[in-house]
Amino acid sequence: MEIGLNHYLTLAAILFTIGVFGIFLNRKNVIVILMSIELMLLAVNINLVAFSAFLGDLVGQVFALLVLTVAAGEAAIGLAILVVYFRNRGGIAVEDVSQMKG
Amino acid sequence: MTLTALAFYLFATVSVASAFMVISARNPVYSVLFLILTFFNSAGLFVLMGAEFLAMILVVVYVGAVAVLFLFVVMMLDIDFAELNEGFLQYMPIGATIGLILLLELLLIFGASTQLVSQSALPQATPEGMTNAEAIGRVLYTDYIYYFQAAGAVLLVAMIGAIVLTLVKSENPRRQSIAAQNARRREDGVELVDIEPGQGL
Repeated sequence: MEIGLNHYLTLAAILFTIGVFGIFLNRKNVIVILMSIELMLLAVNINLVAFSAFLGDLVGQVFALLVLTVAAGEAAIGLAILVVYFRNRGGIAVEDVSQMKG
Repeated sequence: MTLTALAFYLFATVSVASAFMVISARNPVYSVLFLILTFFNSAGLFVLMGAEFLAMILVVVYVGAVAVLFLFVVMMLDIDFAELNEGFLQYMPIGATIGLILLLELLLIFGASTQLVSQSALPQATPEGMTNAEAIGRVLYTDYIYYFQAAGAVLLVAMIGAIVLTLVKSENPRRQSIAAQNARRREDGVELVDIEPGQGL
């Protein structure tokens, strides 16, 4: 059985759904929410690379590279905000974020 | 069943299973480790698709930098994870419903759209007689040079932002004071003590 484009797209869809599900499941834990976002970005990258490979166009891989860059920056900034928030409040519960008021 | 298909199913199964473990593990340290496993298997999938350069970048950037950053933060912060895991199952039904609907929609979209693309006989994105990294470089540094520069700017802003956010202004910074060093005389620092023989100081 030949592995076609559909196989990769299905895998990416499943990974993306797991990411969305993870955000619902771990509503209190910001660290796992950030990891779920990383999973979703990974699914997007798999989509881009799959279309790039099956269309014979290299541009998809270039854009996957850019998505990777943004994901790395997002993780760094998110974790930095998390560390500052933990220092201020002594916990990382998501519900309390709305009480910060500036 | 060719070897490629076997490798695909192996990588796909392990990456989906470890992605599920990422969101369901009780201890975030395990979540990070499963995230690393997911990234490794996705890198294997990238190699299968002929994107070796991105696979290596995925391993270097994600496993080497992002996942280790997560690991540092998880271990550095003193967090009561048992308290955070309360109400874990409370949102399970709605999350599962929305996830299933989303998955169905995505699969329908892909099922419709992939009829436009030939399914088999993988055309190579990399031209003949060229490595994948060389081919990407030829596109990235010419047609997409501005995007490349913008990516560098994004990383610079992220780096400065992270440093500014987490920098702690020290109350008592131990800076070098050259004036104080030069003003110090021998009498301030050296003391001669006469010690009786056979006794300690």
